[in-house]
Amino acid sequence: HSQQESLKLQFLYFIVFYSTNLSIINMTVQPWIAEYVWVSGKNTFSDLRSKYKTVTNICISKVTVEDMPVWNFDGSSTGQHRGDNTEIVIHPVAMYTHPFLENAKVVLCECFYPDGTPEKNNTRKVAKEIFDSHAEDEPMFGLEQEYFIFKNGKPFMWPENGFPAPQADYYCGNGSQVCGRELVLEHYQSCLKMGLKISGVNAEVAPSQWEYQVGPCIGIENGDHMIMSRWVYAKIAEKYGLEINFEPKPIKGDWNGSGCHMNFSTKAMRAEGGLKAIEQACENLKHTFLDDIKFYGGDNNERMTGAHETSKLSEFTHGIGTRHTSVRIGNDIAKAGKGYFEDRRPASNIDPYLATARFFTSSMGYDGPSVDLLEPQQWWAAVEAEAKASSK
Amino acid sequence: MQPESWIAEYVWLSGKNTYNDVRSKYKTITNISIEQATVDKLPEWNFDGSSTGQHRGDNTEIVIRPAAMYNHPFLQSAKVVLCECFYPDGTPEKNNTRIVAKKIFDAHTADEPMFGLEQEYFIYKGGAPFMWPENGFPAPQADYYCGNGSQVTGREIALEHYQACLRMELKISGMNAEVAPSQWEFQVGPCVGIEEGDHLVMARWCYQKIAEKYGLEINYEPKPIKGDWNGSGCHMNFSTKAMREKGGIKAINDAVKNLEKTFLDDVKFYGGDNNQRMTGAHETSKLSEFTSGIGTRHTSVRIGNDIAAAGQGYFEDRRPASNIDPYLATARLYSSSMGYPGPAVDCLEPQAWWAELEAEAKKNGQ
Repeated sequence: HSQQESLKLQFLYFIVFYSTNLSIINMTVQPWIAEYVWVSGKNTFSDLRSKYKTVTNICISKVTVEDMPVWNFDGSSTGQHRGDNTEIVIHPVAMYTHPFLENAKVVLCECFYPDGTPEKNNTRKVAKEIFDSHAEDEPMFGLEQEYFIFKNGKPFMWPENGFPAPQADYYCGNGSQVCGRELVLEHYQSCLKMGLKISGVNAEVAPSQWEYQVGPCIGIENGDHMIMSRWVYAKIAEKYGLEINFEPKPIKGDWNGSGCHMNFSTKAMRAEGGLKAIEQACENLKHTFLDDIKFYGGDNNERMTGAHETSKLSEFTHGIGTRHTSVRIGNDIAKAGKGYFEDRRPASNIDPYLATARFFTSSMGYDGPSVDLLEPQQWWAAVEAEAKASSK
Repeated sequence: MQPESWIAEYVWLSGKNTYNDVRSKYKTITNISIEQATVDKLPEWNFDGSSTGQHRGDNTEIVIRPAAMYNHPFLQSAKVVLCECFYPDGTPEKNNTRIVAKKIFDAHTADEPMFGLEQEYFIYKGGAPFMWPENGFPAPQADYYCGNGSQVTGREIALEHYQACLRMELKISGMNAEVAPSQWEFQVGPCVGIEEGDHLVMARWCYQKIAEKYGLEINYEPKPIKGDWNGSGCHMNFSTKAMREKGGIKAINDAVKNLEKTFLDDVKFYGGDNNQRMTGAHETSKLSEFTSGIGTRHTSVRIGNDIAAAGQGYFEDRRPASNIDPYLATARLYSSSMGYPGPAVDCLEPQAWWAELEAEAKKNGQ
């Protein structure tokens, strides 16, 4: 009797095993979707374009970015083409979980011309070369992305006529004076779902102004995570018919502008006694500041007035715990004698690849990205003149 | 034991066009289980041709013969059955272009003709482009193509369609936002022979269902909005086995040479009203001349940079419009490329602009 039972049991196991393994043996790859994303040249915050590809040759659970094929798009539709040969080639460089689609991945790409040379605005390549040539420094970044939520060209939920109450109760506030939180939280959680290193979020000083922080990331990763977090925001803005405003000074008057303070350290700065390396960096930054600020955002002159916790672009200053200087070293860092420091000059609309690479090279006295990479701005001459005048 | 009943939705092309005159009706299947069902086990059926304008005389039935079967994207325990139409006497219905194409593909299977078609279209609502402003126009074309942000409209609809087609196991290879606001594109392929036409027709049927659900229309006109707004095309990417092999660029160049000989008749298969779209602007070429280039978007045919570099692959015919009959268009591109006898111009509804085109070509000395 028990032998019969054991035979029945064996038969049952056989059926279960065979049927489940049959499906594994016969399994073909279930198609999934890859959304290829690229920076399309006009800027690195709202001109982030993408298209979808169905992947059928490799399982989503097994795929790595190296498996993803090179692709291309119509450069004449984005203003990136050169002449009649209109293709722009996109090379996958990083891959993430898709925050909005099931069974999908996001693939960040770099742009190249058909002859293999980097597209004019492929600043990632420039930055990566710099970071790769000094990998032993382990340059670590934390960027504080500020921005306004806008709707139909105006700040979100500001009164139709007139202005909201003056700045005082918005920064990290809770209460009906704060607007836009649900959108901000949706963005925060979507980024976390993607595996992006978003270290925090807070309501900012102006109404409908917010900030999220990207990091700590080493080298090129900060630029990548910044770009991808901005792409996530473009999708969310599209969904709700809103705009994310990255202008440094969108509203004139007694209203804060938007910055992108950069927190930075090297391995040496983080080690015991690293404050010395931090002070050396500040010394180096004094020598190159007139060119450095060119990498810190177009129209940044409108934001850097010396008021609203900003410094003047025409001088380089630093201090402990100070918010009106170019650079701030935290009290906790000064006490510990090691850590990181903060460059408060960069604006919200920076190219994170160029800004992080430049900050790194100028701090360390290395060769950095060239000013030729930038679109020249009218105010540079005025800042240079003012700097010359004050140095007399 | 009686198998569990399931639903077969029989789909056919009803003659007016191949993009929105796609009709269907449901049949409950009780004699075979859904797991065991194959297209050849499904019965022939028929419908009332006098209600679709397809009948001839008093004998109004049109017979529908199952040709392909797919997962139903919207109903549980159901399949979709694509059919061909025949008259009661067994002859193919006037607009049964699938049988014409299949004959051509079946006559040369060794070529393994492979296609990838780029279906462009606009999303419309109430006869106007979806979410365009009531009065006036949206911002000019610049930031819509592959864009992300509130300037882009209709993404949820396009994604719903993409994912429904994948559930159906249609070979939709990709999707993107196009140059004009509310204009989108999906790509069908790579498919060999008749499969391309089948998958494109089924993808269009799928969109009809979605449009019905949301009270929208999918607009396949080649030039729906006049002025500085893109028209909609259906570029055809094509290769034979020889083109895909090492040194295949020779076969591609031969095909391009052949296409130059037959272009004045080929363009007739590339969509009614296509003359309104093919102006020479907005990345189109002129229908009255045949041109080709590497990486170029203003020529009739484009060979990709990657293909030219590899010396093998496929090429792109950029002339076809969004409203093509994919059966006739693919069969024609194939036969013209290879120098085979193709579908006859008699299959087509004559268009007023053909004569003008021929005159212009003659003037240019083509």
